[in-house]
Amino acid sequence: MTGTLTRRVPVRSRTFSRLLDLRLLAVCLGAVAVGLVATALSVSLGEFPIPLGDVAATLVGAGSRTDEFIIVGLRLPRALVGLGCGMALGVSGLIFQTLVRNPLAAPDVIGVTGGASLTGVAILILGAPPAVLPVGAFVGAVASASLVYALAWRGGLSPYRLVLVGIALAAAFAAGTSYLLVVGDLIDVQRAAVWLVGSLNGVTWDEFWPLVVGLVVLFPATAALTRALDALSLGEESAVALGVPVQRARLGLVVVAAALAAFAVAASGPIGFVAFIAPHIARRLTGLTGASALPAAALVGGVLVMVCDLVARLVLAPIELPVGTVTAVVGAPFFLYLLYRANRPVGGG
Amino acid sequence: MTATAAPAAEERSAPPLTTGTARAAGLLAGVVLLVVAVLLSLAVGALPVSPAQVISAFTDYAGTDAHVAVRELRLPRTLIGIAVGAALGVAGTVIQGVTRNPLADPGILGIEAGAAFAVVTAIYVLGVTTVTGYAWFALLGAGVAAVAVYALGASGRAAASPVTLALAGAAVAALLTALTSALALLDSGTLDAFRFWVVGSLAGRDLGMLAGAEPFLLVGVLLALSSTRALNALALGEDVARSLGQRVALSRALAALAVICCAGGAVAVAGPIGFVGLVVPHAARALVGPDYRWIVPYSLLMGPILLLVADVLGRVLVSPGELQVGIVMAVIGAPVFIWLVRRGKLVQL
Repeated sequence: MTGTLTRRVPVRSRTFSRLLDLRLLAVCLGAVAVGLVATALSVSLGEFPIPLGDVAATLVGAGSRTDEFIIVGLRLPRALVGLGCGMALGVSGLIFQTLVRNPLAAPDVIGVTGGASLTGVAILILGAPPAVLPVGAFVGAVASASLVYALAWRGGLSPYRLVLVGIALAAAFAAGTSYLLVVGDLIDVQRAAVWLVGSLNGVTWDEFWPLVVGLVVLFPATAALTRALDALSLGEESAVALGVPVQRARLGLVVVAAALAAFAVAASGPIGFVAFIAPHIARRLTGLTGASALPAAALVGGVLVMVCDLVARLVLAPIELPVGTVTAVVGAPFFLYLLYRANRPVGGG
Repeated sequence: MTATAAPAAEERSAPPLTTGTARAAGLLAGVVLLVVAVLLSLAVGALPVSPAQVISAFTDYAGTDAHVAVRELRLPRTLIGIAVGAALGVAGTVIQGVTRNPLADPGILGIEAGAAFAVVTAIYVLGVTTVTGYAWFALLGAGVAAVAVYALGASGRAAASPVTLALAGAAVAALLTALTSALALLDSGTLDAFRFWVVGSLAGRDLGMLAGAEPFLLVGVLLALSSTRALNALALGEDVARSLGQRVALSRALAALAVICCAGGAVAVAGPIGFVGLVVPHAARALVGPDYRWIVPYSLLMGPILLLVADVLGRVLVSPGELQVGIVMAVIGAPVFIWLVRRGKLVQL
């Protein structure tokens, strides 16, 4: 906490007064800059490289028809969906980690993503219209979050019990998903299997709009709950003492975090480890803990998915890997590193 | 630390089988149960076969549909179930003993995921086609994953706690699964074969596959049977084991080799099947107490019984279709895991 006084400046107007954290601002601006570069590269590079000048021309409506098809029809939605998914996952991960006071918690670790994947695959295999996918994923995510929470509850919520119960439930959900993959037609299965690894291949505006609607609803909801989140991160007694309606706030946060994960999963499939590492990177870069790192977690998540997708597209070109493979390769070692560093059976936060 | 299996929170009553005679009788009862399970596995399925017909299929083969189903389909499947169940049960017992971790299981610790990744790589990247070839790769993958997980779980600031080991295993498994699916997604023919293998199934494997992996399974089981004394000593703690004249590093290495041979061989034949190795040792320990000289033989019997019953359940539950045994095991095993996590303070074995 050293230096908090010097690096925060008050921003005031007649109706508004906030302390602005300069380091947070710097990190966010940096993330936006990297995100813009990544978007530009992502739109420009690929099987048909389009020079950045032509990209700019196309975006203002002065490009060739081919360029316009490739950029507006294929690459731009992909980049934006990646960005949106990453932001949703980053925020969702930070909420879960702060709420259960466990740096290892993330929707994918505690089985929430597994539940969303199960219902999502069920929808893909049973041939329901794709518009139902976000709803299905949402139901799966919220149901599994409640189930994990209930099963891990034993007169209190031990963070490690939550994670272990989540691992077991994730295994059960994965078994259900495999069953659906075995009984389905190969064409549906292939679609579902690509979706399951977490992939932005073939993403269109159809995936983009539900995601935007979700984010427009859920980010303000998150912002409204930040005070409660910070209070809960101090422990239940302190939260009660601070006047937070603990049960309601906790329920609200779980629903919002699960919904964020669900919208991301519906758009791109479960992109693993992003929700887990984005908050860690954000906290480390900003030096903040708790809800105040939320904006940074969102931006870091978005940039992370976009950069990983760029790598996934280019590393074995012309084969496009699912972005989930790259995030797993980056994220799993990081998870293990954290485990190695904090290798003590305590509920650290 | 002194008691080997009694949880600290709830003092467990003495196991039902305490005397040598009772335990031997229990083993005999296990053999009878196994015979019943084998008969069920031969008789139950889409085409029901009466017990008399099962016997006449061997004594008086007439080539009827029932006889063909029993001899050509269900016999190989049952034999594979016996071998794989025994191997997984023993692997789970030994790994729980050597890590002194009640949550250890070749599936949860990522060992099966390592074997699966190695096999898929061998098939689709290196073009390996023989089962013995698969088995070698499965062993290699199992070994690397086991060493990595144990090194990560056990290094750092404190000795491997049950929780860190399980978390390290979950992360390694998530990484390897993502890589495995990425490989399988590169081509749809691969995916079609892969989706049936990766759920873990006893069906559609011929006896040639079993023969290819049999040497590894045998070596693993023999090693396990010969390490029971060492496991008893290790259960008292490393220092006591050393003072009792155990060469701790050597016994650990031999026990780990047993786990790798059993788990790797089982995955090469049947694909990854989780939770057998978790459930079986707990059941055996509940019957005979903490003495590994009895637990290991009991696991050797209970593993096949559990796996065959789960396989038969899979044929009955969604008849005339079939649930793969890996899926049934996840549905049985996940609640057991959650119960273990919930039942009080996690203690080292």
